[in-house]
Amino acid sequence: MRTGRLGQTLVYVPLVLLTFFLLAPFYWMVITSFKPDPELYSASISPLWVWHPTLDHFGELFSKTAFFTWLVNSFVVAGLATGIALLFGTMAGYAMARLRFRGSGLIGTAIFATYLVPGTLLFIPMYQIVNQLGLLDTRWALVVVYPTFLTPFCSWLLAGYFRTIPGELEDCARVDGCSRLGAAARITLPLATPGILSCGIFSFTASWNEFLYALTLTTSSDQRTLPLGIVATLLNTDAYPWGKLMAGALLASIPVAIVYSFFVEHYASGLTAGAVKG
Amino acid sequence: MLGYLLVAPVVVVVVGFLAYPFYLALSTSLTDKVIGGEPHFVGFKNYETIWQNSVYRQAIRNTIVFTLGSIAIKLPLGFVLALVLNERIRFRKAFRSAVLLPWIVPAVLSAMAWLWMFNGNFSVLNYIIVHLGLGRGVRWVTDPNVAMFSVTLVNAWRGVPFYGITLLAGMQAIPSELYEATAIDGAGRLQRFRHVTLPLVMPILVITLLLSTIATVSDFNVIYSLTGGGPFNSTQVLATYSYATALGAGRMGEGAAISLTMFPVLLALLVLEVRYLTRRQA
Repeated sequence: MRTGRLGQTLVYVPLVLLTFFLLAPFYWMVITSFKPDPELYSASISPLWVWHPTLDHFGELFSKTAFFTWLVNSFVVAGLATGIALLFGTMAGYAMARLRFRGSGLIGTAIFATYLVPGTLLFIPMYQIVNQLGLLDTRWALVVVYPTFLTPFCSWLLAGYFRTIPGELEDCARVDGCSRLGAAARITLPLATPGILSCGIFSFTASWNEFLYALTLTTSSDQRTLPLGIVATLLNTDAYPWGKLMAGALLASIPVAIVYSFFVEHYASGLTAGAVKG
Repeated sequence: MLGYLLVAPVVVVVVGFLAYPFYLALSTSLTDKVIGGEPHFVGFKNYETIWQNSVYRQAIRNTIVFTLGSIAIKLPLGFVLALVLNERIRFRKAFRSAVLLPWIVPAVLSAMAWLWMFNGNFSVLNYIIVHLGLGRGVRWVTDPNVAMFSVTLVNAWRGVPFYGITLLAGMQAIPSELYEATAIDGAGRLQRFRHVTLPLVMPILVITLLLSTIATVSDFNVIYSLTGGGPFNSTQVLATYSYATALGAGRMGEGAAISLTMFPVLLALLVLEVRYLTRRQA
């Protein structure tokens, strides 16, 4: 389409302003993490730039806080929760897409509805349940709880994905002597890799970013995941924590940022899959 | 048979960790349960207690203001973002990935960056305001009259990319023939928007709006990490107040009652969303 000077302005001015608004806090996060304390807490030096960059905050994060433990916890919790959600989600998604059985429609709707139930409504009873299970104040509590909001979404998204793969392919394999599950595993599952990948990305980052359950269910520093560890521990124990806080926030954001930057496309299409295909 | 076997784990998860907790929340809200204590049935006493509590009524008002305010910012900005990203621009891929950052970074961590920008002594926002001669600076999160604006702004900031990227997906699904046809008919930019873009992204807009409303009504992370509901409960919403009551003060029964008052609204949104999606899939 032809775009004149006015058209160009209409596009680029809002684009630049919005990008500035959306990214400015990250600029602030990055430069803060590289500033030495005297520079951070000085009224006479311009705060808009780093004049004497330092890696002290990053070093202290590893030497003086439990940052490494939180990092390991985050990977363990997000990794296991994602694995569970993918396994259960693939099973249920396949069943809802391929197998006709009584109540399958109802189960499908129920599963989607539960995905929308926010943790804010459930954290109090979840505290009681985890307490009864004897898992309170352990990271295992999160491994058990996170799949509850991941699995419904994965099942729903994967059911939609499996429906786009022609069932005839499986029928051929079964004529050649494959069992139902054998055909599913050899034919349909490999074709569904992009869908499974989207689910994996969603599950991993949702677990990585989760805060309310982590706050409710863990209290010891060595059981906490990154976001909670950084916010709850640093904010309360250090008088001038901003350098370390921003360094921690930056490091904790990098894994999800990398994951997403590769998969933006998948993610956007997955998110609206049900809607766009309608 | 195989079908039931395959959905069994999900059903167990849904029943055991969603239906049962929900039942537990309901039954707890009818007891005087405190952390570490035995629950006794008290009927609707908790609901009466919270209704007479002015902080609770303020939390309801704040939840409404927070939700409507945030959507009023993020929906139009997200729409504009989608529109400009849908144009042929330089570095489109880079822009599209970059603007997604606020939404993918853990909310409490980006909220920390904002909290530091809102800092009482070293606020960069105030530095800019003062140096541009616009005033003497603002107490962003410590002034009860300003704090609600600040938390709403940060929530909206996180939500803009979500609207932007889902609406963009909707716009890119519009066949270019439609635009070409309107161009032949001599339609201008504004008419193209009104007669092609807007009606065709409307379904996605409705879905996005419903999802976003559910998430905003129940948002805990942004407010908890910026103000904790303060100062003087000026940013106290139902999510933060139920947390403070149930786990801060240990009054689980009362906290459950507070959080459950969000349920009717969330249920209505959820039913709308499910009906809208299933009707479109049919």
